[in-house]
Amino acid sequence: MSKLLEVKDLSVSFNTYSGEVQAVRGIDFDLKKGETLAIVGESGSGKSVTTKAITQLLPKPQGYIKKGQILFEGQDITKYSTKQMQKLRGKDISTVFQDPMTSLNPTMKVGKQIAEGLIKHRKMSKAQAREKTIELLELVGIPHPETRIKQYPHEFSGGMRQRVVVAIALACNPKILIADEPTTALDVTIQAQILELMKDIQREMDSAIIFITHDLGVVANVADRVAVMYAGKIVEIGTADDIFYNPKHPYTWGLLGSMPTLDSNEEELFAIPGSPPDMLNPPEGDAFAPRNRFALEIDTKMEPPMFQVSDTHYAATWLLHEHAPKIDPPGSVQRRMQGFASMDDGKDGEE
Amino acid sequence: MATNQQKNDVPKELFVPHERKEDTSEKITKPSRSFFQDARRTFFKNKMAVLSIILMVIIILMSIIGPYFNEYGMDDQDLSRAKMPPRVPVIEDLPFLGMNGTLTSEFKGDTVEEATENAIMRYDNAEDYIDIKVLSEGDGSTDSAEVSATYHIYEAKDMQDEYFWLGTDQLGRDQWTRIWLGTRVSLIIAFVAAAIDLLIGVAYGGISGYYGGRVDDIMQRILEILIGIPKLVVMFLLLIVLKPGIISIVLALTITGWTGMARIVRGEVLKQKNEEYVLAARTLGQSNGKIIMKHLMPNVAGIIIINIMFTIPDAIFFEAFLSFIGLGIVPPEASLGALVDAGFKVFRLYPYMVFYPAVVISVIMIAFNLIGDGLRDAFDPKMHK
Amino acid sequence: MLRYILRRVFYMVITLFIIATVTFFLMKLLPGSPLSAENKLSEEQVEIIEAKYGLDKPIPVQYVNYMVGLVQGDMGISFHFDNTPVSQILIDRMPPSLILGGQALIFGTIAGILFGLIAAIYHNGWLDYSSTIIAVLGTSIPSFVFAGLLQWYLANKWELFPVALWGSYEHTILPTIALAIFPMATAARFTRTEMLEVLGSDYIMTARAKGVTEPGVIFKHGLRNSLIPLITVMGPMAVSLMTGTLVIEKIFAVPGIGEQFVSSIEVLDYPTIMGTTLLFSVLFIVIILIIDILYVIIDPRIRLTGGGS
Repeated sequence: MSKLLEVKDLSVSFNTYSGEVQAVRGIDFDLKKGETLAIVGESGSGKSVTTKAITQLLPKPQGYIKKGQILFEGQDITKYSTKQMQKLRGKDISTVFQDPMTSLNPTMKVGKQIAEGLIKHRKMSKAQAREKTIELLELVGIPHPETRIKQYPHEFSGGMRQRVVVAIALACNPKILIADEPTTALDVTIQAQILELMKDIQREMDSAIIFITHDLGVVANVADRVAVMYAGKIVEIGTADDIFYNPKHPYTWGLLGSMPTLDSNEEELFAIPGSPPDMLNPPEGDAFAPRNRFALEIDTKMEPPMFQVSDTHYAATWLLHEHAPKIDPPGSVQRRMQGFASMDDGKDGEE
Repeated sequence: MATNQQKNDVPKELFVPHERKEDTSEKITKPSRSFFQDARRTFFKNKMAVLSIILMVIIILMSIIGPYFNEYGMDDQDLSRAKMPPRVPVIEDLPFLGMNGTLTSEFKGDTVEEATENAIMRYDNAEDYIDIKVLSEGDGSTDSAEVSATYHIYEAKDMQDEYFWLGTDQLGRDQWTRIWLGTRVSLIIAFVAAAIDLLIGVAYGGISGYYGGRVDDIMQRILEILIGIPKLVVMFLLLIVLKPGIISIVLALTITGWTGMARIVRGEVLKQKNEEYVLAARTLGQSNGKIIMKHLMPNVAGIIIINIMFTIPDAIFFEAFLSFIGLGIVPPEASLGALVDAGFKVFRLYPYMVFYPAVVISVIMIAFNLIGDGLRDAFDPKMHK
Repeated sequence: MLRYILRRVFYMVITLFIIATVTFFLMKLLPGSPLSAENKLSEEQVEIIEAKYGLDKPIPVQYVNYMVGLVQGDMGISFHFDNTPVSQILIDRMPPSLILGGQALIFGTIAGILFGLIAAIYHNGWLDYSSTIIAVLGTSIPSFVFAGLLQWYLANKWELFPVALWGSYEHTILPTIALAIFPMATAARFTRTEMLEVLGSDYIMTARAKGVTEPGVIFKHGLRNSLIPLITVMGPMAVSLMTGTLVIEKIFAVPGIGEQFVSSIEVLDYPTIMGTTLLFSVLFIVIILIIDILYVIIDPRIRLTGGGS
């Protein structure tokens, strides 16, 4: 598979009154055609900022790309002009935002909001765009699309609105679909519907998806590969199997451990104590060290480099160093890892 | 992918579990500040608002002590010294400030002589004290010649030792004294009106919002009718019937003015009381009084303060407006509006008479609006940085 | 929707009724009558005239007659202005005020919206700061001060415009500007804050993510959403125009309703004062009603919920 998108050593900062906030601090990852990459992490870990940097939708003038490259089909789009970006956005890279209640224009008819991209990027006439809009609404599972296109967003329920947002994003068959926590604001049952919808559509259109979430349950459901972000850095990246069956970074352990499971009879979840560091002055050494119960002395002095675990799997933790003491994931995390494995076996069996 | 360069130059002895001296995980890296501290900080960062507060303090102080800076009283009429232009010691030697006790104006005529004559006629025929500067010679056609005349009125009236800092009005009363007394009257009206608005508005709106249901329904219907009556009309009717004066203006301003405050307070109380923290307090068995004082008040306070800050300039404006159209303060009492009104009648010849009160009233209005803006930002959590 | 309008009209009628009633009894309380003014009439003549105008009847009857008259547009007779009917005076005085008010409202709001837009687009730039300063000055400085400045510099010193009075179109320019300053400043401030809020909202991000161009974002998505709330400040604007006409017409000696009202106050011509007051009430209340209904019509979100209260 060819690399559709390559992010190289990307750093994003915000100028605020108190100083420079380093939201993303030198991350590398790539995205292949048709695959789904999930970026997970707590709020403030820089996952959303990363995607906004890709589409150049960072809040201006505070947010800016400090260094690094973003290669889309081999072209560095950080060098693109506003005009070039406008041609790219919505056509090649489109975004589904978190909150369907606020991400639609309240005073514009739904049909027009979907057709806008079609008319701009695919040079359709109004009538063609209308037809395509109806088709899209059908595709995302909205009944009676002919009447729906003439309605305003407030006449739609939350789940229906998110379907509309998805339809807007899909209008021009984008090569990359960025889904920025698309299900966080929805009810659990609706969440599942939207996830199914996105998976179906991906199969149909062969788009690559960057899926941002803090919910590992969702990740397990959709992702081919997973990048775990903490304090503006990717701390572990690998295939979904790597991350779920063989996590190496203590932060990933923490994320897995804090997921409640139905069958667990443990008294306590393996929670990560404390809160993420202040990105105004990122701590010396490993940013996660103050919250890491497996922290080594070196974590407080030096930042860990990326250690290769396998061809697909990398993690930035000193625990992978040859001199490091052998530390196994805590019991509860191990049990979860096994749980995922058996769940997956079951699923594979069904198919 | 990332490199493994430094991997091997790391000292081995560092690979031991890190001993924690204290639990750092819950350490809060930012200093914690309460909402009001944040609000204060935001406010004092706003330079325009701080400057406005300083200006207002000065103006309020001057309205108290300003009239006693010279020996002229508010109603010391003396036609012999009427319409004297401003003259201030020391500053009188700086010509560009225009406070040197002279009147200057341009006069036109068919010829230079005619223009000069016009000037002399206008300036009390005191030819010896008028400097004439020819601006355009003219060609004999109508109003083609123009001269600039400067009238040394203090010398002409043999009052070289007198200094009217801001001049005198048509009846020879000292404008400095009258402006500060007028400011006092305007400010008193505004503050009293705002205080009454506050009392009635907060009580009405608070009760209506907090108790809700039937009480709210009835109170709202009454309010709706009152709000429907134009404020202007009520003021006109009242002031035509009542004797003009401070009290009737305050009455006219407050009789409908409080409805705005009531509406805002009701809305805010209604919103706040359905917030979960109030529900929580109630679940824990707090009494109504405690909930109102400890929970609702601090949260509604911001919007009340902001509203007052905009009520005050509003009241000052309406007082000035009413005085200007002849329904407000009547002479010999002074208010800023009445002074501007009096000055307007002669402002082409004696611009200073309208200039200074207009400046004072404008500064007060601007200052209060800026303070209000500053407070609105300060009480808006989104603006805290 | 219909129910909402009906309810509002009902309130309007009650309010007007109260104002008219108060006005009537105030007139009866106040000294003076059209007949005791300048002209000396014999008692016989007075009686004839009183009978003609129904002034000999008991107060309740007069009240009913007055109210019936009002409904038909009859507001009584001026004490001072040659015993002309008040309604006739008001009709004669209406055009200049309407021209000034209309021009000021149109010019003021359009200029204000433009200023506000520019300020929001160039947020934190010098254009933003200067337009914000203009807006603060415009909302703070009383209109009569502005009018004075305009008259002094533009008319008196530089002689670009006539100083005062009414006649040619040039005469309307200075009073219109003076009157337009407040609506302009209000609209500018409001448009700026609304636009900034809208530009920071999620749906603008969605539009940008769709690849909509910057002008498209601002005019197609931003403008409508930030202008709808502008309707809510049209009420205060209308009031400011009314207070404004009183002052500005006085300063520029424009023969409009406002100037008429101020001179009626000076000579204590009660019927004219009351008539004008009533006219102001009706104008004010009708304008507010229209604005509220407009708001319900324009904002699609309110339309569906039936307008509520």
